[in-house]
Amino acid sequence: MDLFMTIESNTSASPAEATASCWSCGTMRAVHYCSSCGKVQPPRPVDYFTFFGLPRKLNLDTALLEREFYELSRKLHPDLSARADKREQDWSLEQSSLLNDAYRTLKDAIKRTEYLLRLEGVELEEQSKAATEKARAAGEIKKQVVPPDLLEEVFELNTQLEELRAQKKLGEDDPALIEEIGTQKLELEQKYESLSGELKKYWDEWDRLPDDAAEESRRKVRDKMVDLLNRRSYIRNLVWDVNEVLES
Amino acid sequence: MSTDRIVGIDLGTTNSLVAFMQGDSPVVIPGEDGLNLVPSVVALDERDQIIVGSAARKYLIETPERSVYSIKRLMGRGLEDVQEELQLFPFRLARDLQAGEVLRITLGNKTFTPPEIAAFILRQLKRNAERFFNAPVTKAVITVPAYFNDAQRQATKDAGRIAGLEVLRLVNEPTAASLAYGLDKKQNGIVAVYDLGGGTFDISILKLHDGIFEVIATNGDTHLGGDDIDNLLIRIAIDDVRGDANLDISRNSEAVATIRKAVIEAKIALSSQSATELDIELPQGKRYQREITREQFEQLIQPIIDRTVGPCKQALKDAGLKPQQIDEVVLVGGSTRIPKVRALVEELFQRKPHTDLNPDEVVALGAAVQANILGGGSEATENMLLLDVTPLSLGIEVAGGVTDKIILRNSTIPASATQYYTTQIDGQANVAIHVLQGERELAKDCRSLARFDLKGIPPMTAGMPRIEVKFLIDANGILHVSAREQRSGKESEIEVQPSYGLTDDQVESMILDSFDYAEEDFRQRQVIEARNEADTILAALEKGKKSPAWGQLTSDEKKKIAKFEKALFQVKAEGDHAAIRKAIDVLNQGTMRLAELMMDTAVSTALKGKNMDETDMGERSETGHPVARADFE
Repeated sequence: MDLFMTIESNTSASPAEATASCWSCGTMRAVHYCSSCGKVQPPRPVDYFTFFGLPRKLNLDTALLEREFYELSRKLHPDLSARADKREQDWSLEQSSLLNDAYRTLKDAIKRTEYLLRLEGVELEEQSKAATEKARAAGEIKKQVVPPDLLEEVFELNTQLEELRAQKKLGEDDPALIEEIGTQKLELEQKYESLSGELKKYWDEWDRLPDDAAEESRRKVRDKMVDLLNRRSYIRNLVWDVNEVLES
Repeated sequence: MSTDRIVGIDLGTTNSLVAFMQGDSPVVIPGEDGLNLVPSVVALDERDQIIVGSAARKYLIETPERSVYSIKRLMGRGLEDVQEELQLFPFRLARDLQAGEVLRITLGNKTFTPPEIAAFILRQLKRNAERFFNAPVTKAVITVPAYFNDAQRQATKDAGRIAGLEVLRLVNEPTAASLAYGLDKKQNGIVAVYDLGGGTFDISILKLHDGIFEVIATNGDTHLGGDDIDNLLIRIAIDDVRGDANLDISRNSEAVATIRKAVIEAKIALSSQSATELDIELPQGKRYQREITREQFEQLIQPIIDRTVGPCKQALKDAGLKPQQIDEVVLVGGSTRIPKVRALVEELFQRKPHTDLNPDEVVALGAAVQANILGGGSEATENMLLLDVTPLSLGIEVAGGVTDKIILRNSTIPASATQYYTTQIDGQANVAIHVLQGERELAKDCRSLARFDLKGIPPMTAGMPRIEVKFLIDANGILHVSAREQRSGKESEIEVQPSYGLTDDQVESMILDSFDYAEEDFRQRQVIEARNEADTILAALEKGKKSPAWGQLTSDEKKKIAKFEKALFQVKAEGDHAAIRKAIDVLNQGTMRLAELMMDTAVSTALKGKNMDETDMGERSETGHPVARADFE
């Protein structure tokens, strides 16, 4: 198989033109579909927030989003243009896949955060496919950077896990060790839960930034969110490792 | 175009059906034998003619090597996948089959691919519909198990094409069933559809909301169904016979087929009786008799039906729901008639399942509803919309033999993902992509979907090209790939090597081959057309009888016309198109003078200054005299 490299994508973010007119009946302000004649409009390469007519803010009314999703589904789904010509059918297909992708991303708190960061040009460590591929090609597991505030815990826990693995191999699991590891896991899980509260704080910070805020202030908030997401994924992976050893 | 009816088809492992929306509700179209179910059995008779359905069943026992059942189990599969199937089912692979080739099985001395066999069944359903409507049927919605992968879906679409049907949509079976249920109930809520058919198991969890049927999660097993229960019982019977009568009948295909028929009857009987008897005639004049109680049966099949629990629990987990949050459980598939299965479902979901709908027909009825929606909808379906999902994650093989998932399972479809590729070597003109379906980490544990070769990349230094590849899963759950090199703006040519499917060329040639078997279709079309012509002339005659010209005929002429009219009605009911056309000609001749008289009346009326539109004759004269028109072909 040919080798190839992937480059992380940056979804183009041109804002929708407010004055597009319907190709079929000419009505102005036809966005995804013409409000006058209902015909599906040719898709435009907009980002997910723009697609839903939303500002790039992180707090979002998911109930409202769901209603909008159903509303747009009823207008854009390919089933409804099954009798139209190929061109319209293709537009339907593209528009509804964009709709579904956008909804799926914005509906979920973490995905929404990651998406916004990507739009802002941030390459998340977890998403760094290039790094992952390099590691895999070299036959290694990608080394995730340990969040500094967890350094001590992680070191201790990893040592314990090594010990337990060795014990299990000999069939001599020490119940005290298992209990201790269990307690650590619980602490980690609690830390994990508390992260969503912390994330909400950063969301509010981000949303408070004015549209013309300086790059410096934006970067500050972004960095905090990136840091949180990294910690979050690190803890999640660690808990998986613990479960793997405990259940083996 | 209003006669362009779209039908809904359930192409089942054991039975197939065709249905359409009649006014407010969907209705199954019966076959010539008056039955709604067409057994998915295909056989080659003594004259090498293809027989489908109930009529083909006897060949399973008489000449098993010239017949096939449960062909759905082979659709979209490769040689390596079907090794297990080959142990348990009497599929005979073509002897010259190579690895990597599409499967071919033998019927007598002919070989067919699974889509071609399925096409015979579809053609039979198409004929049944055309006979019912007395008009051509060329468009259909066909259902597939929700857990079918891309290759299996493509194979089903290919079968449709070979049968002369434009497949407007593939609908997942549990989703189709929910449409039939939702149309009936019109209630919002969370519904779980438990579909245990002849060969496949699906569990889907949907949110019904103001006419929107949104699938939240789906899971299943495409190797699990009533067939497995049958095979277990067959094995036990064969073992019994080996022990008791010291006879090994496992290689005697007729004996095995006879046992299969008997155990299926017993299985069905035990759904309503607490005990039944197997009484089978064996070769060498021996007999196999055995009583089997429901209790024994339930013990035997427990491990098989237990296999449905895992997928159900996974689906609930993916949906983020607990069993108590499910409002209704709908049962689909003949195997859900088994009391033990119902008990298992009741325990899993903590509620009694909904059993009002006919589990054999509900999928076809739902397909008919979807067909109606695609055809523009009607009052009954005007607010209905299906939002389905892809059941398996889509991934790309990356360095290290690992799968990189780009579209996750249970993503609402249509769904897409965009990846960017570049080259490693200066001037590299091709990039190869291996696409997979499945949840596992390693590519080798996932299902190979296809290899795509991006060709014609403009020569640049390594790392310069930026090729945007778009993966799109359409509303049928089938993958489409397009690519563009961004710096040059050039559309990349994509060559697809489906891992288990037919190429377009192969399908085209099969469509041509299928015309041999379309003789039957053609004959039927001629009958339909002749009947239509007959209807036209008979209707015109009715009008003629009400016109003043009628009074001018002699009683002799009237008697003759009546005789010819009666004769035409008679042959019209029979199936001989040549006889129908002959009777049309005879009636034509007989009404020649009537036509002339009607023409004269019209002319003289016109000359009297009356407006043509004001007379009875007005409209007819614009289109020519229908009675005389039959002369001009």
